[in-house]
Amino acid sequence: MAEVTLSGVRKVYAGNVEAVKGVSLDIPHGSLCVLVGPSGCGKSTLLRMVAGLETISGGEIAIGGRVVNQVEPADRDIAMVFQNYALYPHMSVYDNIAYGLRNRGTPKDEIDKRVREASKILAIEPFLERKPRALSGGQRQRVAMGRAIVRKPQVFLFDEPLSNLDAKLRVQMRVEIKKLQRALGVTSIYVTHDQVEAMTLSDILVVMNGGRMEQIGTATDVYRRPATTFVATFIGSPPMNMLPGRVTGPGRVSVGGLDLAVDDIRAGVATGTDIEVGLRPEDLEATPAAAGTAGAMAVDFVEELGATQLFHGTLGGATMVIQAQTGRIPVDTKALALTIAASQVHVFDKGTGQRLGRE
Amino acid sequence: MVERRHWFTDLLPHIVLCLGVLVVAFPVWLAFVGSTWDAGTIANGKMPLYPGPYLFENYSRTILQGRSGTGEPVGMMMLNSLTMALAIAFGKIAISIFSAFAIVYFRFPFRMAAFWLIFITLMLPVEVRIYPTYKVVADLHLLDTYAGLAIPLIASATATLLFRQFFMTVPPELVEASKIDGAGPMKFFKDTVLPLSVTTMAALFVIQFIYGWNQYLWPLLITTRPDMQTIVLGIKKMIVTQDALTEWQLAMATAVLAMLPPVLVVLVMQKLFVRGLVETEK
Repeated sequence: MAEVTLSGVRKVYAGNVEAVKGVSLDIPHGSLCVLVGPSGCGKSTLLRMVAGLETISGGEIAIGGRVVNQVEPADRDIAMVFQNYALYPHMSVYDNIAYGLRNRGTPKDEIDKRVREASKILAIEPFLERKPRALSGGQRQRVAMGRAIVRKPQVFLFDEPLSNLDAKLRVQMRVEIKKLQRALGVTSIYVTHDQVEAMTLSDILVVMNGGRMEQIGTATDVYRRPATTFVATFIGSPPMNMLPGRVTGPGRVSVGGLDLAVDDIRAGVATGTDIEVGLRPEDLEATPAAAGTAGAMAVDFVEELGATQLFHGTLGGATMVIQAQTGRIPVDTKALALTIAASQVHVFDKGTGQRLGRE
Repeated sequence: MVERRHWFTDLLPHIVLCLGVLVVAFPVWLAFVGSTWDAGTIANGKMPLYPGPYLFENYSRTILQGRSGTGEPVGMMMLNSLTMALAIAFGKIAISIFSAFAIVYFRFPFRMAAFWLIFITLMLPVEVRIYPTYKVVADLHLLDTYAGLAIPLIASATATLLFRQFFMTVPPELVEASKIDGAGPMKFFKDTVLPLSVTTMAALFVIQFIYGWNQYLWPLLITTRPDMQTIVLGIKKMIVTQDALTEWQLAMATAVLAMLPPVLVVLVMQKLFVRGLVETEK
């Protein structure tokens, strides 16, 4: 059993720059944990600390119950897939995959068996004798995965493995990684800045910002109940509309002339408090209205996405976006009256950005 | 590139190139022709511009016996030169690749100081530091030895810099992948750095072999025994004779022989040489 436990992990670089500010996280055996966040949020540093490529400034990292703070990367029983694959350019695909096993003194026939096995799983058997430079991006990616799975490690670490691929291949490899991880049942940590990848792959989703964890949960949790305004705007595409609002009574808020019912609001929030209200573009119901109607969004322009259309506009001075099925709203509409289910209204503290949901 | 072709624009570069080749090649041809006639023909100042009948005789005499009287066989000098040039080339490559490896891949105190110390030796070629170097070599009793010929010339800032530049283009993820694959620093060096450096090493070998082969001042200073002479010294010795006639055919043969190994090295390693200096994508 190889659960990964991080407790109070910190990373301080020379010059007192704190890249990771105390992260505690439990990743149960066999689950895929995705660390997502903007560049510089410390997600890669955190992954590299688990790998042993960065020293740990504070806290503890344990793999399978064994604290690995002082353990060499080679002895942590992990395998890592790098963004640029980091294949040895002078070695054949076979040697690339076999290298780690050879260094560990695995018997030759055992190496051969495992390399064949891994290359079969990844469908790279025809390329085993080729050099990495003779492979396409997707094939290199598979070789990098092969190098990881052949070792049968306790933990897989993925450092933005799909960012060097084109969009189509990325979607395909994403599905394959998920399938592979399920099939092998190996605990995995996956770093990405792509929120779609994060949502689709994760069993546990960790949103990071500025060296801290903003939220941990399942993809659905994080999407349905974002813990902070940062998470709310980071997860979901197009991002959630954040509008200034005010509490007008128990379970009621007003936003730019709209009066909305809210399910998920803390009892202690006093009437008259200024708050941030989050409304997802896909949750808003819009119907054409006469221009100048109170509480209607003034439409500026429309973006076509194929299946859906994005209506960009303003409501009470704040910009906002509404997503609607193509053809449902005429594109020349100048104003849209809005309604939204009470369960879909998110309220956040104006100062701290924390969710003001029920405890 | 779009070019408008015209007989003149085609011809002009060729004329310039032909002139250049003529200027460079004519003296070499003259030396070769001179090495194929007998002393009398050259001495009377009417040597033809085509090879004469004494090629075999002149060369075998040069290689096996040297000039009349006290001369040393040039074959032996060539062996001395070859030993020195190979020792310098391999020594330089070995020591530079290790220094560059240390500077690029390890974080140790005074790393940059070490780098700059190596760097400023660019300003200190043998000619500048010849007295102290001579003193050191003499005190170590290395005069008239191959070690004395080669070792003081082995330290090389150029080669270290070239390797350093190359190592910096190797993706850092390769080091990390090696760490995770269980390869220690020396294993990383042997399994990854060395194979990737082959073309760079080949390019350096060409440059440094020729550098070593062409040494004149240093061997002149530290060799006194006739059997430690190098061929570049030998050319000079072929000419200066106060009591006898200079055997120009032998001097020319020596010059041609001195030219051959560098030419061979360049011809054989041309492809690797160019790739090692030019190739950036590995």
